[in-house]
Amino acid sequence: MRFRLLRMDLTQLILTLFLSMLAVFMLLPIVFIFMQAFKPLSELFLYPPRFYVMNPTLDNFSQLLMSVDAAVVPVVRYLFNSVFTSVVTVVVVVVVSTMVAYALSKHNFIGKNAILNMTIMALMFAPQAVIIPRYIIVQRLGIIDTYFAHILPLVAAPVSVFLFKQFVDQVPDDLLAAARIDGASEWHILFRMIFPICRPAVSTIALLTFQAAWNTMEPSIYYIENEAMRTLPFFLGTLTSGLANNVAGQGAAAAAGLLMFLPNLIFFLVMQNRVIQTMAYSGLK
Amino acid sequence: MKSESPTVQRIWGTARWKPGASRLRLRLLAKRIWQDRVSYLMVAPYVIAFVTFILLPVLGAIGLSFTFYNMIETPRYVGLLNYIYLFTEDDVFMTHVLPNTFTFAVIVGPGGYLLAFLLAWLIAQLPHRVRTVFSLALYTPSMAAAVAMSAIWLVLFSGDRVGYLNSFLLGLGIITEPINWLHSVQWLMPVMIIVTLWSSMGVGFLAMLAGILNVDPQLYEAGRIDGVKNRLQEIYYITIPSVKPQMLFGAVMAIVNTLQAGAIGVTLSGQNPTPNYAGQLILNHIDDFAFQRFEMGYAAAVSVVLLIIVYLSSKLAWAFFGPKEGE
Repeated sequence: MRFRLLRMDLTQLILTLFLSMLAVFMLLPIVFIFMQAFKPLSELFLYPPRFYVMNPTLDNFSQLLMSVDAAVVPVVRYLFNSVFTSVVTVVVVVVVSTMVAYALSKHNFIGKNAILNMTIMALMFAPQAVIIPRYIIVQRLGIIDTYFAHILPLVAAPVSVFLFKQFVDQVPDDLLAAARIDGASEWHILFRMIFPICRPAVSTIALLTFQAAWNTMEPSIYYIENEAMRTLPFFLGTLTSGLANNVAGQGAAAAAGLLMFLPNLIFFLVMQNRVIQTMAYSGLK
Repeated sequence: MKSESPTVQRIWGTARWKPGASRLRLRLLAKRIWQDRVSYLMVAPYVIAFVTFILLPVLGAIGLSFTFYNMIETPRYVGLLNYIYLFTEDDVFMTHVLPNTFTFAVIVGPGGYLLAFLLAWLIAQLPHRVRTVFSLALYTPSMAAAVAMSAIWLVLFSGDRVGYLNSFLLGLGIITEPINWLHSVQWLMPVMIIVTLWSSMGVGFLAMLAGILNVDPQLYEAGRIDGVKNRLQEIYYITIPSVKPQMLFGAVMAIVNTLQAGAIGVTLSGQNPTPNYAGQLILNHIDDFAFQRFEMGYAAAVSVVLLIIVYLSSKLAWAFFGPKEGE
């Protein structure tokens, strides 16, 4: 039996129904954050609580953006810090990672295998596990309370290097050899040939780096003491402490959460085709 | 970069140690490195960052783990004392932290990983347009930062009658009393696991999906001719061997995710230690000792144990999915 309209057979249809239910479950909390962010105070206090928002309002956002207490830094400052550090991190990581990935993929030099093996081992590195020595190093470098403390620790990005290297491996060597015969320098090849050819991979590591930089709380918690240098996730963290008993704050916290989430979502929607394309080459061999 | 000159190669390949030859070797080595200077320039920024923020911290943790260090005095060497204390006298570690971590890691790690593979495979069976919608729906939660979502979880799982989940379940008559989800010994861990699984369909999931979609359809046809009877056999004999490299990448990413999710208990319950240590994982234990009791040496010993566990898990993943001899 075939369903002409959907061009599916019965198993596919059942599968679609099952996955639809799962997808709804997965998206429910995301939808909820939108609902909460636009609820007016009266609906936040409603009992029994209601999932849907009836009279959406921007009150939560204006409350969030206008809250300028004497001692506290305005939200716009956190927002600026987040945007600035994330964008700079993305640019630096993309340039640094593509350089090393190209060299590891197409060049032959002493120490190459050591770097490659270390990178593969470090794929599963989680900075939280060694936060103490990392803190000491950041302190010794004298970059506490600077934007460098936000950016530099993320420059060592094994996952980006690895993904990009796998993609560069697909570029035929003959193409590069031909360019070298025509007198192209290695830098020219990297930025004028590899970059355009590997655009899907560049987009992917830009996306992953952006998410990592945008979402991380590590620098703000450990390396920054000056409130004016901290980022949006940290501010959100202060909003959510004691949130269960602070119904009025729930709307503003949801608004801030939405503000955190939307850039990630938009960035991914724009890039999704390229990301899937890159992921096909992610295999560890 | 350029392939090395034949002379260089010959000498490098065959030279045995001879007193007179060592100076020549040194000169050739210097020459070779100078030849490849562009390559070294390209890797330099990454290698410097890698050494500073990954390699040195790991070595530093190992070094500090043999000391007593409180951030004020210089570290004092104490030998294996931290490790001995950790395994013989730290009751919280042995009775709460380790079992919790094990439960959490097994369900979220291998469990979440199997789930990701299964879902990726199911999605790959569907026509293109539906497929995109589902992969988006499953991937989206992984983009939400833990802190962004905590604004939602705290409200959803709020412990009184007004909490959304409680109110919903009370309304359906499934429970008669509101459950204090985030502060009860019984429920904190399940909530942590669900929340983490919810956001675990990330990069690894996308990699496996892309891998499955890229399997050559001719392989399946050939399989049918060779007597593959059903979908299960197809997965076992064709899909898994073809997607092995992506599955290994997915497994490694699953390990990282599990590790990074380690702070979720404290985020949800809003306190470290978590209520009755119900959601205390190794990462929280490290944080507790490092930044609340300032026993850095001891915390470093705990992180070394964590690093060893992670390393062994990755070895396991390689044993399962890594290239075998002849591949």
